[in-house]
Amino acid sequence: MSEAVLNPLAAPYTTAAPARHPAYNEDIVRKFLIASMFWGVVAFLVGCYIAAELAWPQLNIAPWFNFGRLRPVHTSAAIFAFGGCALLGTSFYVVQRTCRAPLWGGKALADFVFWGYQFVIVMAALSYVLGFSKSREYAEPPWHIAVLLVVVWVAYLVAYVGTLLKREEPHIYVANWFYLAFIVTVAMLWITNNLTLPVSIYSSRSYSLLSGAQDAMVQWWYGHNAVGFYLTAGFLGMMYYFIPKAADRPVYSYRLSVVHFWALIFIYIWAGPHHLEYTSLPDWTQTLGMVFSIMLWMPSWGGMINGLMTLSGAWEKLRTDPGLRFSVTAVGFYGMSTFEGPLMSIRSVNALAHYTDWVIGHVHSGTLGWVAFIVFGSFYYLVPVLWKRNGLYSKRLVAWHYWISTLGIVLYITSMWVAGIMEGLMWRAYDAMGFLQYSFIQTVVAVHPLYVVRLTGGLFFLLGMLIMCFNLIMTVTSRSTARAIAPAAALAAGA
Amino acid sequence: MPTKIEKDVYTGKDTTGHEWDGIKELDTPLPKWWINVWLVCIAFAAVYVVLYPSIPLGTTYFKGVLGWSSTGAVAQSVAAMNARHAADMKRIGQLPIMQVTADPKLKEVALQAGRIAFAENCQPCHGPAGTGRVGYPPLDTNFWLWGGTLPDIQRIIMYGIRSGDAKAHESQMPAFGHDGILKPDQVVLVSNYVATLFGIEKPGPTTAAGEKIFEDNCAACHGTKGQGNQSIGAPPLESRVHLYGDSLAAIEYQVNTPRAGVMPAWHTRLDPATINSLAIYVHSLGGGE
Repeated sequence: MSEAVLNPLAAPYTTAAPARHPAYNEDIVRKFLIASMFWGVVAFLVGCYIAAELAWPQLNIAPWFNFGRLRPVHTSAAIFAFGGCALLGTSFYVVQRTCRAPLWGGKALADFVFWGYQFVIVMAALSYVLGFSKSREYAEPPWHIAVLLVVVWVAYLVAYVGTLLKREEPHIYVANWFYLAFIVTVAMLWITNNLTLPVSIYSSRSYSLLSGAQDAMVQWWYGHNAVGFYLTAGFLGMMYYFIPKAADRPVYSYRLSVVHFWALIFIYIWAGPHHLEYTSLPDWTQTLGMVFSIMLWMPSWGGMINGLMTLSGAWEKLRTDPGLRFSVTAVGFYGMSTFEGPLMSIRSVNALAHYTDWVIGHVHSGTLGWVAFIVFGSFYYLVPVLWKRNGLYSKRLVAWHYWISTLGIVLYITSMWVAGIMEGLMWRAYDAMGFLQYSFIQTVVAVHPLYVVRLTGGLFFLLGMLIMCFNLIMTVTSRSTARAIAPAAALAAGA
Repeated sequence: MPTKIEKDVYTGKDTTGHEWDGIKELDTPLPKWWINVWLVCIAFAAVYVVLYPSIPLGTTYFKGVLGWSSTGAVAQSVAAMNARHAADMKRIGQLPIMQVTADPKLKEVALQAGRIAFAENCQPCHGPAGTGRVGYPPLDTNFWLWGGTLPDIQRIIMYGIRSGDAKAHESQMPAFGHDGILKPDQVVLVSNYVATLFGIEKPGPTTAAGEKIFEDNCAACHGTKGQGNQSIGAPPLESRVHLYGDSLAAIEYQVNTPRAGVMPAWHTRLDPATINSLAIYVHSLGGGE
């Protein structure tokens, strides 16, 4: 059926018996897709600016545009706004199609989730810039915004589970397991990491219920699983729908999807302490975080195998479908960063990598290479479907987007590898007399050129995103992609 | 949708018989290499758990058969590095500073120790090469506010300047303009005179009036020619090295509302060997007396 989208004239999109299709809510998917693209541009733009601030500190314009305030704007916009809107939108699309049921709760509930989520994003971004932050990484919003997000998230869960319960298909498709794991676990993580005591009902300030090492442990249990369940499980759900659709091939192995799903969600949740190696967290906790990370490697790769091997018999599509090329490259980056993660968690590697830019590079090979690319691939597939267009405006521009962003990612992660390993080595270097070889500021000076390279990579990625925006806007508006009305449909419309 | 198992033409594998929105699944078994690598990872984890601290046991925990701990590992590697210079550093801390520099071997160790101690503690204010900046004196010139011999520098590092330490250097320039000791026009006159001392202003008709004010108010500390006085930390004014800038405006600002910078006392944070090393390193930057 993906053939229908790639070549609608050969096999019109609606051949799959319209009578089988209930009235899907596609309006909500379009809304989230537009929001995701918008926030993506914001996230990448702010990312480039703070990358420039690190290279040239004079760009810190106090107080609103200091690095410390803009950094959570970048991370939240990238993870929760760009990635989040893509996940919410595609999950609503996938759950309706694979359950053959309209979205539960109707238009009102879906719209509440959309506008509530946008409101939370805007409020959170404004709070950071104005200096209100809980100072918990990836959970910075003040408590009242955090509560608001819980309300929106529960509405999302209700709409999603309601649709699953009302499904017409006998079984629940694997993409929905991953989406559901994402929704449920993020709710649990978010609530636990936001257990704070407000100073007063009128104050945005609050104090964490926990303290010390326990508090740090909960924060990184949350932080690591934000990666595990937001950036991994959720986007695996996206992969499990859009790769088989675009490749028009069956999923490689059902058994692998079952085993790696349960292994992934069971093991991921214990790996958080690897963020706190060589800290005041007890050694035994650090060890357990590390060994669970090692055991997580293969369960993570299960998704990669299923994604890549689904292409068996359809590899030639990579030549003709640049959107699919994004999805497949995304799976490649997913494999790379889920190998790099366990590697970095090994104690002796962590001793070198911890607190260096290697960590930043690792995160971005995951977020740029995996998360953003799987979103791009899915959106290139979705836009002609959702807006009922005759294919994309320009495949050439998709190819340009692909190569420019890939180059951007390569510049980004290689510069951060070099910077990180250099920092790690310089920090631990001793001279022949047993004195430290370098001071901290010398490492800052040494990484400056690499920070400039990183910024260049980021600008490439931003440029690619702008090309995509242009291409998608043209796809929706250009006359060249307008779908010719099939005679049958014209007759039906006439009747 | 009814279950209908099909054979995939390309791979020859059966499907599971389900279909969702056109998506089918193959009934491929788990890849063997995948299971094997996973088992190796699990075995690695099991061995690691036995070797290292791992299992919580109520109020204590299993320490691991290697007896490793993160704090122990750090202490060990620090001790190994310290062993390379411990004997020399002990002597550097015990000997009078002049005797340290008299011994070439000790001096070399002190310069290395001082280099990194300076980089970690001093350069945020005084700059990487000790060139100083506004409010923070340069250490690489032969202009010294409180003296530039090795014992002078050592004392400043130990007790600081206006640091609150009982042995710290203390001095306070009166706020001539702010407190009304001098009238605004007198401040301008005396500032112009000071500017002539180091040549940014040429002597003119008002210079004599400024000089008179200087003699009455400033010369007691700064000397009749503005040559300064190290015993009370009064900076030389005739030089071009000025702590708070050498423009006319900077001079007027200082006469009106003098600033009195603080250098912390380091003897509470650094050991005597490090302080001696720092003094020797700073002395070597170019301006030691």
